[in-house]
Amino acid sequence: MTSSDSSMLHLSIILFTAVFTDNILLARFLGMCSFLSVSRQVKTALGLGFAVVFVMTFTIALDWLAYRYILEPYAIEYFRFILFIVIIAAFVQFVEMAIERYSPVLYQNLGIFLPLITVNCAILGASLFMVIREYNLAEAIAFGFGSGVGWMLAIIAMAGIREKLNNALIPKGLQGPGITLIIAGIMALAFIGFTGVLSGR
Amino acid sequence: MVGRKKTKDVVLTAVWGENPVFRQILGICSALAVTNLVLNTMVMGAAVIFTTALSGFTVSLLRKYTPRIIRMMVEVLIIAFYVILFDQALKAYWPDMSGNLGPYVGLIITNCIIMGRAEAFANNNPPLLSFVDGFSSGAGYSLVLICVAVVRELLGMGSLMGIPVPFFSSALWDRWIIMVMPPGAFFTLAVIVWLARTMQKDTEEKKTKGSK
Repeated sequence: MTSSDSSMLHLSIILFTAVFTDNILLARFLGMCSFLSVSRQVKTALGLGFAVVFVMTFTIALDWLAYRYILEPYAIEYFRFILFIVIIAAFVQFVEMAIERYSPVLYQNLGIFLPLITVNCAILGASLFMVIREYNLAEAIAFGFGSGVGWMLAIIAMAGIREKLNNALIPKGLQGPGITLIIAGIMALAFIGFTGVLSGR
Repeated sequence: MVGRKKTKDVVLTAVWGENPVFRQILGICSALAVTNLVLNTMVMGAAVIFTTALSGFTVSLLRKYTPRIIRMMVEVLIIAFYVILFDQALKAYWPDMSGNLGPYVGLIITNCIIMGRAEAFANNNPPLLSFVDGFSSGAGYSLVLICVAVVRELLGMGSLMGIPVPFFSSALWDRWIIMVMPPGAFFTLAVIVWLARTMQKDTEEKKTKGSK
């Protein structure tokens, strides 16, 4: 990092890319299961989205530390799949216990979504991307946070559209997942439109 | 002794009747991203079949010795073990492909199908039958993905497995770049799911479930 100014720019580009142009859901297809099944109402989508942003930002930092200080020194990088999953599961469990104890209101709103997150492939996927792209800690956190926000944006938009679609006439075979996939495709098209913003930098 | 009919039933249900992608849209997270090329998809499919079949076998083998409480953890570890095996083998013998697939091989661990089969089938059935069930579930899943990949690569690049197809690679065919990009995967899968569901409609109407 030569000057803090350019590194801030660099970080904000990583953030922007993760939210819009390289959206983890619409461009990388991660976290589809809960995206398709929990996107019927904006309220639940919002809750799950916040939980994902929170867990993803913190687990990516923990995974980075674990990778850098445990796996690399012992040259057991191939062990990362198991270690990352254990870290994510343990973190989610810990957060669940902590907010249940200290903030019952938050627990009521967020609690039911936390177990879902352990099996959300977007969380593990973000950590694996972080390893492949060789991010440093700050970049990893920017990437994790951006991916979480991008995922949240996508699921909220989808829930909003699906609420409007409740009364629409849809062919029988296309109801449910079919129409959701088509909407996701159109949303992916829209998000690709942001690519031009970065190419002009 | 497992009857031949039972085995056939298991295969048919897993590949068509209860096909994980058509019925539940499960597990596409880890694989949709690699469907822009048929070859990548086939390797990915092989990885999924390898993992579901062998992890089903192992889970079933250990089912009597695994305490109920930690069974999920044991299943995850068994699945992760096979995924790591595949990932390491791919890295050693086919590094290009390993680079193409990127993190998606590792993401097979969180693929809901494998965990689902281990939970729903391998826990209550003998090892060999679980192996067959895992193999067919993986095959049914790969089949759908290969269909998606064929459509995407043919329309988007005019080739199949890297080999140019006569009409589609000529100047007569305007390549649909959109098919190679992410939205193409969503649209193609949506159309395939639509077709499959319409064909399955009769059986679906007989046993209407509350999941709308």
